[in-house]
Amino acid sequence: MNAGNWLTPDEWQAVALSLRVAAVAAIASLPVALLTAYALARWRFPGHAVLNGLVHLPLVLPPVVTGYLLLLTFGRRGTIGAFLDQFGIVFAFRWTGAALAAAIMAFPLMVRAIRLSIEAVDPGLEQAAATLGASRIWVFLTVTLPLVLPGILAGLVLAFAKAMGEFGATITFVSNIPGQTQTLPSAIYSFLQVPGGEGAAGRLVLIAVAIALSAVFISEWLAKALARRVSGA
Amino acid sequence: MLSVSFRHRIGNSRINADFAAPNGVTALFGRSGAGKTTIVQAVAGLLRPEYGRIALDDTVLSDSDGGHFLPPHRRAIGYVFQDARLFPHLTVSQNLLYGRWFSRRSQLAPPDQITRMLGISHLMQRRPAALSGGERQRVALGRAILSNPRMLLLDEPLAALDEARKTEILPYLERLRDDLGLPILYVSHSAAEIARLATTIVLVDQGRVIASGEAASMLSDPAMAPYLGARQTGAILSVTLAAQEADGLARVDSKAGPLWLSCLDRPVGTPLRLRIMAQDVMIALQRPADISALNVLPATITDLRLDEDGVLVRLDAGGDPLLSRITRRSAERLDLRPGKAVHAVLKAVSVAPGNIGAASLCPTPPR
Repeated sequence: MNAGNWLTPDEWQAVALSLRVAAVAAIASLPVALLTAYALARWRFPGHAVLNGLVHLPLVLPPVVTGYLLLLTFGRRGTIGAFLDQFGIVFAFRWTGAALAAAIMAFPLMVRAIRLSIEAVDPGLEQAAATLGASRIWVFLTVTLPLVLPGILAGLVLAFAKAMGEFGATITFVSNIPGQTQTLPSAIYSFLQVPGGEGAAGRLVLIAVAIALSAVFISEWLAKALARRVSGA
Repeated sequence: MLSVSFRHRIGNSRINADFAAPNGVTALFGRSGAGKTTIVQAVAGLLRPEYGRIALDDTVLSDSDGGHFLPPHRRAIGYVFQDARLFPHLTVSQNLLYGRWFSRRSQLAPPDQITRMLGISHLMQRRPAALSGGERQRVALGRAILSNPRMLLLDEPLAALDEARKTEILPYLERLRDDLGLPILYVSHSAAEIARLATTIVLVDQGRVIASGEAASMLSDPAMAPYLGARQTGAILSVTLAAQEADGLARVDSKAGPLWLSCLDRPVGTPLRLRIMAQDVMIALQRPADISALNVLPATITDLRLDEDGVLVRLDAGGDPLLSRITRRSAERLDLRPGKAVHAVLKAVSVAPGNIGAASLCPTPPR
């Protein structure tokens, strides 16, 4: 795709990679986030507080620490990384690793958005559905899920925006390899390290701002449309 | 027939429920917070009782012996909640048909018959947010019926509504009772509602069932009086429509003698139940002459009960019980005591619920 004369192939590569990393991170973590949010919102079980803390950990840890921990576990010699390596699944220094780092950093935001919307669903509606003959899975699919859709959407957009901007954990875990792991923020960082790179950095900054703003607008618009559908007002 | 016998503890309150609900409308009656909703939730399966057994006909719904528990979605028991609980993301029509999708039982009634009966046919494409409170409750009622349940639970379906809306919905509930023949468990703390709807009454107080029985005898039981409140205490008289008289009055025969009612468009010979409120019954030692009240029955005092509202006198009128509410001073002045022969002056007589089509008895005053 031709991005016009004002983006060099290198710059375009960083933008495209970032979009791919953020999209994959947001979409791949959605099922896990939905399950986690549902469990935190509706189930009482031993370890509830521990799970809640674990989910929020990336939010409070320095990103560099998260990246380093990822390197220790998902690196080629890390416990999980070495295991997955046998099946040809490699995260370290690949774009998949960048997506993993972005997903983990964005996870708390997504879980939080979805959890809040699940907690806002009146359990009485789910009880009513059960008395009308719907089993638990049908109650979830026909009542809970449609009602939390705005929250899921908000979570997706938030996670996508967070993933687009992820820098610390990514650069620690998968480094800054152009075409492989050099996302938008890493590229801006690199351009600022060399004399005369301000122009390229400025263009990328504009793109970052544009993407972030459109994400916010799109999510607002979709949330409003959904809220209208859900409340029937 | 629903048979309920369980014990359960929630926080500090204990529920001890033990009663049977035959076909017809069984009212769970008691003050707010008496545990009525907990009982209904246990029947619906939204709550699992700690001990005991609940069965509907030959289906065991829950039994702590053997840990048997049928989940709510497999019970086929329709539940109308106090707060309607319509699905906000679905239209009225989708709400109504929600349960039918899961039901494997044969259809109780075609949907358009139910929507016509409930007067909601014109609302089908609306969302619940665009409905009034009364409309919402009627849709919730329709939704429960259209799931083809074996039984209906109505948990104070009128409590959240104002008087105008209540009078709007009550006739629909009466039609439901008379037309569908579904057993209904009706939770209420309103004596007026249960007097109008119930065929069986289960009295609940502080988590325990303290009395239960046929509505007519329960309503005239002095033990019920404190729960009914002064204005709703009354008796039920079984009578037969004897004649339509020329001046528009109808004569009915009770065991103790004839009574006259203002209007009754029913054939002669129809058995009727009359509801006679205790506050509408005066007591005279002699048969009063020159009095505007038409209805005077000879009776014998069987019981006097002193309470905070005065004295509740129980009378025997030819074998039927009557209740009279008088002041303590009157009781002393007339020297009333059990066994004394008196005359009961009935200031007002109304046809009690339980007669099919009772609501349509007096459509318009005769011109």
